[in-house]
Amino acid sequence: MTTTADPTTLEIGKARTRKEDARLITGRTKYTDSITPHGTLHISVVRSPLAHATITGVDKSAAEQAPGVIGVYTAADLGVEAVGLPCAWPITPDQKAPQRPLLAVKTVHFAGEGVAVVVARTVAEARDAADLVEIDYDPLEPVLDMEAAIAPGATLVHPELETNESATWVFDAGAAGTGGSVDEAIAAAEADADSVVVKRRFIQQRLIPAFMEPRSAVCDPSGEQITLWAATQVPHILRTMTTVTLGVPESKLRVIAPDVGGGFGGKIGVLPEEMLTVVLAQKLGKPIKWTETRSESLLAAHHGRDQIQDITITAKKDGTVTGLDVHLLADMGAYLGLVGPGVPILGAFMFNAIYKFPAYKFTCTNVFTTKTLTDAYRGAGRPEATFAVERIMDELAVELGRDPMELRQQNWIKHEEFPFTTVVGLTYDTGNYEQATDQAMETFDYAGLRREQEERRKNNDPVQLGIGISTFTEMCGLAPSRVLGSLAYGAGGWEAASIRMLATGKVEVITGASAHGQGHETAFSQIVADQLGVPFEDVEILHGDTQISPKGLDTYGSRSLVVGGIAIVKAAEKVIAKAKKLAAHLLEASEDDIEFSGGQFTVRGTDKGKAIQELAFAAFMAHDYPEDMEPSLDSDAVFDPENFSYPHGTHLAAIEIDTETGHVDLRKYVCVDDIGTVINPLIVEGQVHGGLAQGIAQALFEEANYDDQGTLVNGTFVDYTLPSAADLPNFDTATVSTPATSNPLGVKGVGEAGTIASTPAIVNGVIDALRHLGVTNVEMPCTSQRVWRAIQDAKGNATQETPIATHSPGAGLGSIDPNNPQGETE
Amino acid sequence: MAQVRVTVDGVNYADDVEPRTLLVHYLREQLGKTGTLVGCDTSNCGACTVHLNGQSVKSCSVLAVQADGAEVTTIEGIARDGKLHPVQEAFNEFHALQCGYCTPGMIMQAIDLLGDNPDPDEHEVREGIEGNLCRCTGYQNIVRAVQGAAQKMKPGATADAPATASVAGGGS
Amino acid sequence: MIPSKFDYVKPASVADAITALVQGGDDAKILAGGQSLIPVLRLRLAAPSVIIDLGGIAELRGIREDGDHIVIGAMTPYHDIIRDDLVKEHVALLAQATATVADNQVRHRGTLGGSLAHADPAGDLGAVALALEAELVIASATGNRTVTAKDFFVDYFTTAIGEGEILTEIRFPKFTGWGSHYEKFNRTAQAWSMCAVAVAVKVSGGTISEARVGLTNMGTTPIRATGVEAALVGQPASADAIRAAAEHATEGTAAPSDADAAADYREHLAKVLTGRAVLAAAG
Repeated sequence: MTTTADPTTLEIGKARTRKEDARLITGRTKYTDSITPHGTLHISVVRSPLAHATITGVDKSAAEQAPGVIGVYTAADLGVEAVGLPCAWPITPDQKAPQRPLLAVKTVHFAGEGVAVVVARTVAEARDAADLVEIDYDPLEPVLDMEAAIAPGATLVHPELETNESATWVFDAGAAGTGGSVDEAIAAAEADADSVVVKRRFIQQRLIPAFMEPRSAVCDPSGEQITLWAATQVPHILRTMTTVTLGVPESKLRVIAPDVGGGFGGKIGVLPEEMLTVVLAQKLGKPIKWTETRSESLLAAHHGRDQIQDITITAKKDGTVTGLDVHLLADMGAYLGLVGPGVPILGAFMFNAIYKFPAYKFTCTNVFTTKTLTDAYRGAGRPEATFAVERIMDELAVELGRDPMELRQQNWIKHEEFPFTTVVGLTYDTGNYEQATDQAMETFDYAGLRREQEERRKNNDPVQLGIGISTFTEMCGLAPSRVLGSLAYGAGGWEAASIRMLATGKVEVITGASAHGQGHETAFSQIVADQLGVPFEDVEILHGDTQISPKGLDTYGSRSLVVGGIAIVKAAEKVIAKAKKLAAHLLEASEDDIEFSGGQFTVRGTDKGKAIQELAFAAFMAHDYPEDMEPSLDSDAVFDPENFSYPHGTHLAAIEIDTETGHVDLRKYVCVDDIGTVINPLIVEGQVHGGLAQGIAQALFEEANYDDQGTLVNGTFVDYTLPSAADLPNFDTATVSTPATSNPLGVKGVGEAGTIASTPAIVNGVIDALRHLGVTNVEMPCTSQRVWRAIQDAKGNATQETPIATHSPGAGLGSIDPNNPQGETE
Repeated sequence: MAQVRVTVDGVNYADDVEPRTLLVHYLREQLGKTGTLVGCDTSNCGACTVHLNGQSVKSCSVLAVQADGAEVTTIEGIARDGKLHPVQEAFNEFHALQCGYCTPGMIMQAIDLLGDNPDPDEHEVREGIEGNLCRCTGYQNIVRAVQGAAQKMKPGATADAPATASVAGGGS
Repeated sequence: MIPSKFDYVKPASVADAITALVQGGDDAKILAGGQSLIPVLRLRLAAPSVIIDLGGIAELRGIREDGDHIVIGAMTPYHDIIRDDLVKEHVALLAQATATVADNQVRHRGTLGGSLAHADPAGDLGAVALALEAELVIASATGNRTVTAKDFFVDYFTTAIGEGEILTEIRFPKFTGWGSHYEKFNRTAQAWSMCAVAVAVKVSGGTISEARVGLTNMGTTPIRATGVEAALVGQPASADAIRAAAEHATEGTAAPSDADAAADYREHLAKVLTGRAVLAAAG
């Protein structure tokens, strides 16, 4: 009990409900598609139904005559054949990067690629006319399989590149001097009777980010600055890249990301359609709007994951790991996205995870195929890495006959060993894997569930129990700019903030981070309230409009709080320094004698003081201020982190499998995450829940499937099966905290944790339930059919292949195949 | 063109529409009711859920002409006299939304569900909102919010319910 | 997405609807609940020139008792069927299966007649109509005819409804006092049935005296599992006997193969789910 009244209660740590909710729960807000300046024209993109083909003719005549049509354009008609969309991450100096056009010029390289664009008075008229554009194609061989694509004699996606290999990127700890040679480790283990070598191939299936708001852009050319509203995570990057792509001076562009309906990495791109709205708005002098349909979105918006992972782990028979070798093939799709090539590279530093591998090597080959391009999806590289290492640790435990948790404990970095520099040269500042694990295992009742599992196995229960473990870490807070420079990334990793102290005592905070559901307005208000000692309600967070927030690097990679939040702290420190100077002047005291606490500047040892609001007013009036300062408390800051942050956690899943049908039921999920200081526990819990749902969906529900012609066969929400509320359980989530030492708030980031950690926990649990039946692997998503087949295979029963390339009667529009609609409807 | 006479959020409208106009497009584009959103083209996501004559429907799978003579309630019509609906309050209180895109449909379906079943258990809520997809929340807080709203809406509970003003957010 | 253009008529009587249908010819499409049709129109997988909305015909909506039958108007929405006391008492299997169709919003709009006329083999209610030997009343300009469910389902999306004809009502014999269960298996809660089994059984003194079994998504039409029915009759309602009978579930099926389930897995599911459904119905 405190006996003296604290003038303020700290905001950080409070479960504030969100400021941004009021406009969202009432339907008052406007997402991009709800913005329609008067006179807006609408576009519809005519897309290729074929994955790979030469365009032999485009007949626009019927479409041009259709009611309400202003024009129908190919790339040539618009004079944009030479324009290419940007890739900001050349991972190697010799990376092969094809031109990614706004509209296909001579050849289409994936099904869904735009070939022509119709501009019309209404969306319906644009769509009607799009159906009338006749395009003739000469089909070419699709390129679908990554291994075949890089084999000699393969059909080339881009013949001018003379290969389907975009780049091969290697990190060898031995060569880098950060660890030992993995080749030597493997050779030594193979020669040593007291060591084991375990090799596995894991498949990271192709996923679709599937944000709820379809992408949309509106470009209004009527002002001196062209205004582009876009459903984007990256308004600042979009502005710069529009300049790079189209040559519009950056100063002539204003980009606004209004409320954005989710992104998860899927809205990090610079889109051909966004560029088309700019080109057409300039050409026609009218506002141009594009909003995709859901089926267009699933087809043409970038996908995620899609890797083949060949993993080799070596260990002593006592369980000590001695080496890890990683070979990846990563499917880029038909083109390189904005940061697509770098996504697998972000994983390079995370395969070693929380373990003390003495030797490590990572080799990744990025491959072109005639599929939709891939780019960032929640976690971007790190979920893939975490999956592989957590799966192989389970495999190693089986090989050695060890409890999988015990084996992890033996090999992870102990809490007293922090800060710890890993085999890739990253220094983990803080963490306590023991603490998170102990708490998770207790909540989960690990021992009790292991006993139940034993019982069920003994009784040959038709419902078997599996326990899945994932003890993960991630690197967050992208990113130290120098590190990005060393990786040849085309931008820095800093973030900007400004604070404006208004005359009436209210505070405007401008951030370069651009939220799309994360709750920045609330969490950042809490930080500023504590920093400046002002009421939470008096803080307004402004973002997402380059006229208001001219400088920023936007939101991805769990960076908003860890980088953007710290920029705000730095700006607040400058405000306080200015206010202190003004206070000293007004109070006729030495600046050294001014103390600041809870929004009050007081003269030490006296009761004389000024509130920060009074000082803001005094600065506004400017009747009396020191000679050597400007009459303003307003401040800007740019924060460039020195290190990444390293959240970690222990995730445990209890999986029940109906061995008769193969049905997988997630019975219980417990996680304890260490994300450093928690600003708002309500928001943190929400981020973890949502992340878990996406990671679990990768394990159990989602996969973008292509047929042998390169057509996406599950391109609607009826067959690209996102889980509903009825498909998921309640999660038992908790946090512990070892504050980060790399930033003044001690925060680590939470946006991606749930997604990164949960996928291997689920799959490890599925396999653990079946291991005693002889099952050693089930590929993702672990559908009932795959599980059933794995059981049959283990029993030696021959079954059919699992056909993934066929549209699903009964899972689509009933039995109607959108790609081949033979069904009738009555 | 076909004529449609419809009452939306208490206001009477009479308009000519193309028969192919979906109710959701009529609401958004002709009436300016942009609170109701479109998230898919196969009636799976539920973002467009409104009440048609008191029942929840996906307004992307109803033609505007089919609503002729009907009463429609959207997310914009459930707050009364500046006071939020208890389900809206609960979505804020339980952090049942992040990006907010599924939220209007989710709230409209939750209200329908609570009309049918005023005190649903967790399973019943999950089944009751299975036609509404959310990509942000993992649903857990949505389920809590619906159950929380059920408590607020119980007869006699109004006295205890916080008499929140029309502005949500910022409460601790 | 937005459908292609079409004309719209909303007749007030079955006679007017038939007139419109005859006038519209091949390009006319009946709109019942619209929960399959409107998405199909939006994706432009169909582009009829005329939509005939049956929503204005009051006589097509409602549930009534008619001697040994419960009669359901073709335009009666799922929501009403699930909650109807007559259905719950006499055709409980229909109420159970209908409650699993899609989601709440769709059940407010979707209709029994629309579902049966659509004849999607993955639809849940065809198997129920078939197992319970429902009769379907079809109206045309020349009068009404009644078709048994067995004759109604012809092929993939094809029924006995001919040109210029409209399904008006569905007559279910009463199964008062029978045990029933609809066992549905799908990939996610929202997904259509990968395989499902509709069962009604009459159990007297621990012995199954009568049995009706229908299968969803095991062929181009719903399928009646007569082999299972025959094997059940006269058997004790025990797990072993039921499982043995369920082994006949694949007789006469032609299971499709797709990403969710290849034929062999569907066949396996049919047997397992049949056993479970009968056990639940008999229990």
